[in-house]
Amino acid sequence: MLIKLTGGIVYDPMHGVNGQVRDIYVRDGRVVSTPPADQRIDEEYDLRGKVVMAGAIDPHSHIGGGKVNIARTLLPEDHRPHPIPRTPLTRSGTGRAAPSTITTGYRYAEMGYTAVFEPAMLPSNSRQAHMEMADTPIIDKGAYVMLGSDDYLLRMMAAGKTQEEINDYIAYTIVAAQALAVKVVNPGGISAFKFNQRNLDLDEKNSHYGVTPRQILQTLARGVKELGVPHPLHIHGCNLGVPGNMQTTLNTITGVEGLPIHLTHIQFHSYGTEGDKKFSSGAAQIAEAINRHKHVSADVGQIMFGQTVTASGDNMAQFRNRGFATPNKWVCMDIECDAGCGVVPFRYRDQNFVNALQWAIGLEIFLLVEDPWRVFLTTDHPNGAPFTSYPHLIRLLMDKSFRDASFERLHPEAQAMSTLKSIQREYSLYEIAIMTRAAPSRSLGLGDRGHLGEGSAGDITVYTPHDDKQRMFERPDYVFKDGTLVARNGRIVRVTDGGTHTLRPGFEKSVLKPLRAYFEQFHTVRPENFRVSDEEIVNEGRGRVIVNKLRAGSRG
Amino acid sequence: MNPATAASPTAKSDARTHTSVTCPFCSLLCDDLEIADRGGKLTVSAGDCARARGGFEREYAVLSPQADGSNVSMEKAVAAAAKLLRGARHPLFGGLGTDVAGMRGLLALADRTGGIVDHMLGDTMYRNILAMQDRGWVMTTMTEVRNRADVVVFANLDAVSDHPRFFERSIWNADSMFGLPTRSRQIVYLGDGLNTNPGVSPDGRKPLHLKNEPERLGELIGALRALLAGQSLQADTVAGVKVGELAKLLEIMKAAKYGVIIWSPPRLPFASADLIVEAMCDLVKELNAHTRFSGFALGGNEGILTAGAVCAWQSGYQLRTDFGTGYPEFDPTRNATARLLENDDVDLLLWTSTFLTGQTPPRTKAPTILLAPPLAGLETRCAVYIPVGTPGVDHRGQMCRADNVVSLPLHQVRESALPSVASVCNLLLQSL
Repeated sequence: MLIKLTGGIVYDPMHGVNGQVRDIYVRDGRVVSTPPADQRIDEEYDLRGKVVMAGAIDPHSHIGGGKVNIARTLLPEDHRPHPIPRTPLTRSGTGRAAPSTITTGYRYAEMGYTAVFEPAMLPSNSRQAHMEMADTPIIDKGAYVMLGSDDYLLRMMAAGKTQEEINDYIAYTIVAAQALAVKVVNPGGISAFKFNQRNLDLDEKNSHYGVTPRQILQTLARGVKELGVPHPLHIHGCNLGVPGNMQTTLNTITGVEGLPIHLTHIQFHSYGTEGDKKFSSGAAQIAEAINRHKHVSADVGQIMFGQTVTASGDNMAQFRNRGFATPNKWVCMDIECDAGCGVVPFRYRDQNFVNALQWAIGLEIFLLVEDPWRVFLTTDHPNGAPFTSYPHLIRLLMDKSFRDASFERLHPEAQAMSTLKSIQREYSLYEIAIMTRAAPSRSLGLGDRGHLGEGSAGDITVYTPHDDKQRMFERPDYVFKDGTLVARNGRIVRVTDGGTHTLRPGFEKSVLKPLRAYFEQFHTVRPENFRVSDEEIVNEGRGRVIVNKLRAGSRG
Repeated sequence: MNPATAASPTAKSDARTHTSVTCPFCSLLCDDLEIADRGGKLTVSAGDCARARGGFEREYAVLSPQADGSNVSMEKAVAAAAKLLRGARHPLFGGLGTDVAGMRGLLALADRTGGIVDHMLGDTMYRNILAMQDRGWVMTTMTEVRNRADVVVFANLDAVSDHPRFFERSIWNADSMFGLPTRSRQIVYLGDGLNTNPGVSPDGRKPLHLKNEPERLGELIGALRALLAGQSLQADTVAGVKVGELAKLLEIMKAAKYGVIIWSPPRLPFASADLIVEAMCDLVKELNAHTRFSGFALGGNEGILTAGAVCAWQSGYQLRTDFGTGYPEFDPTRNATARLLENDDVDLLLWTSTFLTGQTPPRTKAPTILLAPPLAGLETRCAVYIPVGTPGVDHRGQMCRADNVVSLPLHQVRESALPSVASVCNLLLQSL
C-alpha cells in the first residue's frame, strides 16, 4: 500500500522543514523516500494549499486509571449534556471533562492527535490504567509511573541505600507497570498526608521517614538519568496551588544540581504573594529561570474558563482545595502505602480574581519561555480544562488581538496584576509544530513519532489554513494513524487500535528477592500478579507493546 | 519471580499445582492460593476459605448448549441467541457476574442492540454510588488498612461472612510497615447480632461492641457527628446505645492516628441506606479535620465492581445505564432489574453469572438467554442456554478488587473447552 500526499505545506521541525511544499509518501504505515517514477501509487491526496504536520502528541493528559474513573462516576452531570450517539462505525459514549475512554480516543484523533500520555499511573493501579487505555481507540498511549510517596522508595532512602540499588527498584517498577517514564507528585507529601502532615515544603522532613522532598527529587532525577529513561523526571512539585509557591518552584529548578527535569503544569506552581489579595503572577521569574536553565523543560497546564474536574495524585493538595469543589462533592483516597488521589470538581470563572489571574499566568509562561522545544502545550486535562479546548488555546497563542480581547473580559483587578497585554509575541505554525509534535517526541524518546522523516510512523495530520486558528486546528481535513486514514474533516472514518509505548531499563535480578519478601510481608498482592504482562496489553491482538529505546550510553 | 507465568505448574504425581493463584469468588481477590489440578478436579491446597472451596472445587455437569428446551450445538445456540437479540427492541443485560473481558463484550452487545446493563447486586451497589455521587468520600485500600489502621470500626458488619479472609489478610497480619503492633488495633463493632469472634485479637483482647439496632445505624452516626461538632444531645440513648458510650467511641475515633470505618452495602438492607452511607462518609470527612480517617467499603462480590468500573470507563456511567436511545443514559431507579422486569420494560433478558451465586435468572415473561457455567443441577429451562467457563478457573482474565483501585490477573488452572463470556459475546456480535 503506497500513499502519496501531494504538494502540502509541510511543518516538520525535527528536520528543520518550515512551511516548504513537499510530497510525502507512506508505504505500509511508514514514511518512505520518493519512490521510482514508475511505482504505482495506490492512493493520492491532493494537499496543495493544505498544512501538513506529524500527528500531535499530548505528553500530559489524564485519560486512564482509577482517579479518572472516580471522576467519571462522581459526575453524571458532566455526561448528561454531552451524549455521543453510536454510529454504524463508532461506539456511543459521553462526557466532556471526564469523557468515556472510547470517546476520548475518537476526540483526540478527530483533532489530529495520534499519541497521548497518562502522566500519573500509580504502580498499584497500573493494570486498570492499561485496561482503560486499551479501551481508548486509535491513538497510541503510554504512562508515567508515579514514585516518591511509595513506602519502598522512602524506606530505601531512609535506610541509606545506594543510588545503584534505588535505580534497580525504579527500573523494576517501570518494567512491572509497563511505563514509559517516571513521575513524582508532591514528593513524599502524599505519604506525609497519611501521617497527618498537611503541608510539606521542599526541605521539610516526612515525619515517618525523615526524608525531604528535595532528597526525593534528586534521587529520582538522578535515577531516571542514570537508567537512560529518555524523558527527564516528570515533576509535579510541592505546594501546588499555594500562593507564593513560585519560590518552591525556583528552588526546585536550582536544587537538582543540573539534572534534567520536566516541571509539569507549571502554571499551578508559579504564584507570588504580591498585591492586596496576596496572590500574584510569578510567570516572569519562572520563565526567566526556565530560559536560563537548559536542563529544565515544562508543560503549562493552562486553565480555561468553565466547568471541569481536577483529578490528581496529590491528595494532600486536593484535600486542602476541597472547599472549592463545584459542585460541592469531592473524593480523596489513600492508596496501598504507595500513592493517593483526589478528585475535586472545579468551575473556573473569568470574573473570579484568582481564576482570571491563573489564566493569564499560564499564557504569560507560554509567551515568555523563549524556546518552544522546552515548553509543551497542555491543559493538564482535565485539571485546567478538557483537552478539547486545545484549538482555542492555540488561537490564544497565535493571535494577539484575540488574546487581548479575551483578556479584557477578565476580572479588572486580575487585568491590573498581569503583563499579558504588553507581550507582543504570536506563536508561528512552526513553533506550534515544535511544541505539539517534535518537542514532546524528542523529550519522551519516541523515535519514529512526532516527525515526518523517512522511516517515521505514518501519523500525519492535514489542516486547511485559516486566519481563525481555532477553526483550523479543531477539524483537520485528514488524520492518518500508522498510514491509515482514521479521520476526515473532524469525523472518524476508521477505528483502529493504537500501541502502548513502554521502556525496558535493565535491573539487577538481585533486586527481586528482597522485593518478593517485602510484598509477601506487607502487601496484599504478590509481585507476579502486581506486574502487568505483555499478554495483558496485547489483549488477543487488540493492543501492541512498543518498546522505546533507552538513551545512548545508559547502563540498560 | 517469573511474571509471565504466575501460575507455574509443578509436577506432583499426576497433579499439577498452581501457585499465587487469584481467587475471583469474593472481592478481596486473594492471590496467594495454591490450586491442585488432578485431571480437571481442583483442590484448594493453600489460602483456602469457604468461598474459594465453593468456587474452585465445585463440579460441572456435562451440559449441552440448549435452545427452546433441546440440546443443540454451540453454533445453533449462538445463532438462536443472536436471533433473539436481533429481534429485541430493548434487551436487559443482567447478572453481569463476569470478568473485565466479559463485561467489555456485554457492553459492546448492549451498545449495538440498545440494551440496558444492570448487575444482580445492583440494589446494594447504589447504596454506595448514590452517596458518593451526592457528597463524595474519603476512602482507603486494603494495604493501607493492613499496615496503617489503629482503629477499625465495623458498621453493621462482621466482614467474615461475605469475605472470610478479611481479618487474616488486613487486621491480624503479623507485621506492618510502620511498626504498628497489629494485635493492639482497636476493633469496634456497631450493630446487634454480629459474629464478633474474629475481632478478638491474637492475644485475647476483646473488641468494643455497641449493640445498636442495625436499621438505626444512621441515627447513631448522626449522633456521633453532632457530638463531634460540639453539640449536646437531648436523648440518653440513640438507636439503643447510651450517649455516654457514643462519646467514648468518639474519643477513640478522634484519638486514632489512622482510623477506618468499614461497611458493606449488602449488609445495609434498609430503605434509603444511601443516606446512612452518606452520613458515615460525612463523619469521616469531619474527622479528617483532626486526624486521618478513611472509609472502606466491603461488598463487591460476584464481579459487580468489575462490571461497574468497565461500564464507567466505556460509557461514562456506572451500571443501570440504558443504551436504548443510541447513547448511554443513566438512571439508577428506572434501570433497576426488578423494576424493568415487573413493568415489562424490556423484551429480552440476557443473564450472565459465572461466580458463586445468581445462576438462576429472575423469572420473567421476556425470553431469557443464560450464560453460566454448567453447574450440577443448573436450571437451564430458558430460551437459550450457553455454557461458559469460570474466569480464573477455566480461562484467564482480570478483575477489580473491593477497594476499586487494585485489579488482579486471573489465571487458568485447568484445561477447559468451555468458552469465556467474552468469546461468546464476540460470536454474538459477529452474528448480529
